Amino acid sequence: MKLKNKWPKYYKKDVITHYCPGCGHGIVHRIVAELLEEMELGKRAVCVNPAGCAVLAYKYFDIDMIESAHGRGTAIATGVKRARPDLFVFTYQGDGDLSAIGTAETIHSANRGEHISVVFINNAVYGMTGGQMAPTTLVGMRTTTTPSGRNPEYDGYPLHITEVVASFPGVAYAERVAVDGPAGIQKTKKAIRNAFQCQIDGLGYSIVEVLSPCPTNWKMTPRASFTWITEEMTKEYKLGVLADRRARE
Amino acid sequence: MTKTEANKIFISGNHAFGEAAIRAGCTCYFGYPITPQNELGEYMSEHLPPAGGVFLQSESETAAINMLIGASAVGVRAMTSSSSPGISLKQEGISFLAGFELPGVIINVMRGGPGLGNIAPSQGDYFQATRGGGHGDYRTPVFAPATVQEIVDLTVLSFDVADRYRTPVMILGDGMMGQMKEPVVFPEKIKKLPEKEWALKGRGNGPSRYMASLILDALEMEKHNWKLVRKYREIEKNETRYEAFMADDAEIIAVAYGTTARITKGAIKRLRKEGVKAGLLRPITLWPFPSQAIRDIAQNAKKVVVFEMSTGQMVEDVLLAVMGQIPVQFHGRPGGVIPTPLEFSRIMYREYELLKKKSI
Repeated sequence: MKLKNKWPKYYKKDVITHYCPGCGHGIVHRIVAELLEEMELGKRAVCVNPAGCAVLAYKYFDIDMIESAHGRGTAIATGVKRARPDLFVFTYQGDGDLSAIGTAETIHSANRGEHISVVFINNAVYGMTGGQMAPTTLVGMRTTTTPSGRNPEYDGYPLHITEVVASFPGVAYAERVAVDGPAGIQKTKKAIRNAFQCQIDGLGYSIVEVLSPCPTNWKMTPRASFTWITEEMTKEYKLGVLADRRARE
Repeated sequence: MTKTEANKIFISGNHAFGEAAIRAGCTCYFGYPITPQNELGEYMSEHLPPAGGVFLQSESETAAINMLIGASAVGVRAMTSSSSPGISLKQEGISFLAGFELPGVIINVMRGGPGLGNIAPSQGDYFQATRGGGHGDYRTPVFAPATVQEIVDLTVLSFDVADRYRTPVMILGDGMMGQMKEPVVFPEKIKKLPEKEWALKGRGNGPSRYMASLILDALEMEKHNWKLVRKYREIEKNETRYEAFMADDAEIIAVAYGTTARITKGAIKRLRKEGVKAGLLRPITLWPFPSQAIRDIAQNAKKVVVFEMSTGQMVEDVLLAVMGQIPVQFHGRPGGVIPTPLEFSRIMYREYELLKKKSI
């Protein structure tokens, strides 16, 4: 059997990644690019990329894109989708972006049931700024701003934003997955496909939270960081479908 | 457009902003309630969706300006409005609009400040409006209407200027302008606008496009900054607007904008009756500022008096324009106090008398 590595149509060629070795962004980028092609969305897609490591996502995605200020992705996506409902609109955001500085935009775009899809990368830290504590940082986890570990009495508890928005009637689909291995990657692709399909079918807001490795800021090897997602991160952030209102009509 | 009595509509400033925007082809409005401009959002909620447009009440002013960014990025004419504290929240987005080179119209119906201040008319946001307002090296064209008719005309013009130069444009009104009713004539509704080649439309079969304000390479960022400056020089050259009122033979000249200019006109008329050679220069654009016009007038006049409903902001631009040729006097009423023509005429009369004494 001959293995084929088909280059996704909507992933730019001849680009050198700026992401660190073992980073999850590249995996999720590839999944998104494959789905844009398989679901025939690339020609009418607009991606809103965040502030953070994925601010450079336009170097890789070969579709129309607009950058957002930190946290404002779903507000910009709202403007795009309301002005041009025929476009396929998704945001690509991190945990600091979407669940700290952009909490209001996240909650209200979800509560309005905006017909947008959100790809939410949760790596439990602020990546691009050098690994500071995020709302999603696990209890006890060491970061550059929690040098002796996150103390819940002082720093609060990990925020489960996907559970929050999953409770809203306007949210058609919410799932948490992890790119911690081949099976997780397959599940992630399926989840994002479901989310994208919700928008195509006009069902409302959809969000997929992807637990994703950040070996550089976790100060682990790529292999150890994948294991850490499976063994530690999924204890705090349970995988699975959190909301599925696709059946309602 | 014929300005006949029959076509006149009696309308408040806030409603006029909205109707003028719709006539100018604005199809998306995003806003958050704040006094004294609530009637504008309410007007849009009633009139924009039936005209096929989008009215959306956002969760914050920050969200509203970002929704505007999204709508503008896909090529439609979009507007947001607020009052002073809300405009502060929008500054992040206005900086991004400048960085992206995206058009957008932002209306500030100013109120007293700082902080929550009050809901009375003020001109305390002049610095914020004319110096860019948000972070980074940019400018925003700022229009200052002084009548409800001018609200209509400048709103339509703002959309044109925003599109022509791909820049955010601000209209700086105040509580008085927003709440006041006057008879106005609206232009015909624009039926078709030219296609925006640069807008995101989905790549289709063409190359993909991206909009980013991020330019990590310092030399490239510098290039972008100078590119913006060249655009701003064009705007200064083509879009500077002002009105000279009884200024030709004026020995004492007032400089005032918006509501204050209206009040000053009353004062000038009063002074002229007394035989005082007083005039007014009213900047219609606050940036670009009509510095040359003020400099020219200062050649013949003997004194400038600047009136503002603030503690003195535009006076700095006047001082820069006059460059020490003649004295510049400032009189301000901040905090939401509305001065009267009598008050201004007394001040100008006093200054005029001092001039006469000196010349003897």
